[in-house]
Amino acid sequence: MLKKRIIPCLDIQNGRTVKGINFEGIRDAGDPIELAKRYVLEGADELVFLDITATIEKRKTLSALVTRIAAEINIPFTVGGGISTLEDAAAMIRAGADKVSINSAAVKRPELLSEIANEFGSQCVVLAIDTKKEGDTWWTYVHGGRTKTDKKTLDWAKEGEKLGAGEILLTSMNSDGTKTGFSLDVTEMVSAAVGIPVIASGGAGSMEHFKDVFTKTEASAGLAASIFHYEEIAIPDLKNYLTNQNIPTRINN
Amino acid sequence: MIAIIKYNAGNIKSVENALLRLGRDCVVTDDEAEIRGASHVIFPGVGEARSAMQYLRERRLDKLIKDLKQPVLGICLGQQLMCTHSEENDTECLGIFDSLVKKFPPKDKVPHMGWNDFTEVKGTLFKGFSPTDDVYFVHSYYAEICADTTAACDYVLPFSAGLQKDNFYATQFHPEKSAKAGEVILRNFLNIKRTGI
Repeated sequence: MLKKRIIPCLDIQNGRTVKGINFEGIRDAGDPIELAKRYVLEGADELVFLDITATIEKRKTLSALVTRIAAEINIPFTVGGGISTLEDAAAMIRAGADKVSINSAAVKRPELLSEIANEFGSQCVVLAIDTKKEGDTWWTYVHGGRTKTDKKTLDWAKEGEKLGAGEILLTSMNSDGTKTGFSLDVTEMVSAAVGIPVIASGGAGSMEHFKDVFTKTEASAGLAASIFHYEEIAIPDLKNYLTNQNIPTRINN
Repeated sequence: MIAIIKYNAGNIKSVENALLRLGRDCVVTDDEAEIRGASHVIFPGVGEARSAMQYLRERRLDKLIKDLKQPVLGICLGQQLMCTHSEENDTECLGIFDSLVKKFPPKDKVPHMGWNDFTEVKGTLFKGFSPTDDVYFVHSYYAEICADTTAACDYVLPFSAGLQKDNFYATQFHPEKSAKAGEVILRNFLNIKRTGI
């Protein structure tokens, strides 16, 4: 049976892992390679590295860091942040990234998703959507959550799938950093509407939150950062808990 | 020396890294003499079937691969290209394994992405393996179950997660991305000795 994936996210700034609260208030959380290795040993199913300064500062994600990560870890990983052209994506993939996550650049120029998918396959194209609820509608934001777009998140997710995205990383800005649980409504709305896997992100604060997102939505994976960084939840404990709740996870082997 | 066949596929670096982690030297090459002289050949792949087959034909790597006598391991698209035909852009493949490659019907999420286990595993490549061991898959097309199937997985329908015929081995999943379970597969492959001529 296909397992639900647990994905620690490492936000990278100037080569260090950092974690913000509601997209602001950055705190240092350690060396990314050391953290990545620890997560692999603990049974993480994939890793996501997001260079959170990249888009705003127009800086390219460091392919040197990706090369080091690829040499050290033996599970799939995604790299995002500042990837705005096919050449940027190709550099990450050649450095050893399994997938690239595209956010602002895809909103600005949606064809980018198709270009990367045509060159390297849909399986390596992750469409990252930062979403925020206003009234009854979830809207797509870009530039690290600073800029609202005219794209409703549901429409954008469907469009992204058509353009060639192989997966969607859906981050709820309303929940991110709050530890009050994933935004189940938008996660279910998007995961039920698309035929590609959806990674739920933003708001995980307890093991129950993962149970909720896997039982109440069609999310294929749950992503979190600070609860893993600060060892509030250990991945083996989380997986044992989910197994006891009859949710299939990979037990470290 | 282990040869990784160089062609227009995506994850060659990952395979190289995995072998280096196992302490094994390897070379990424499309040179005929180098490939023929290798102890083991790995045929990796993430990408699209038609352009990959065209690339191989233009460089006569298609005939070379079929002709190899040492242990050969196809991975993901590599496995699919070693079958007879792929539905992906109606592509004639190498025809080493007597299996057809088809697209998953959209009854569940496609691509089949993530960690999955087996309904059956057998043969040298899976020595020490249990069907409950999870490995990492990411694919939208699958090889049908056939006489060469050594590992079967069930996602939407049963398909070949592993194939073997003579000196040719293949996995649909990515051993180079499957943590410790994947390392077992790679070690098993590298322990296979060339037989016959």
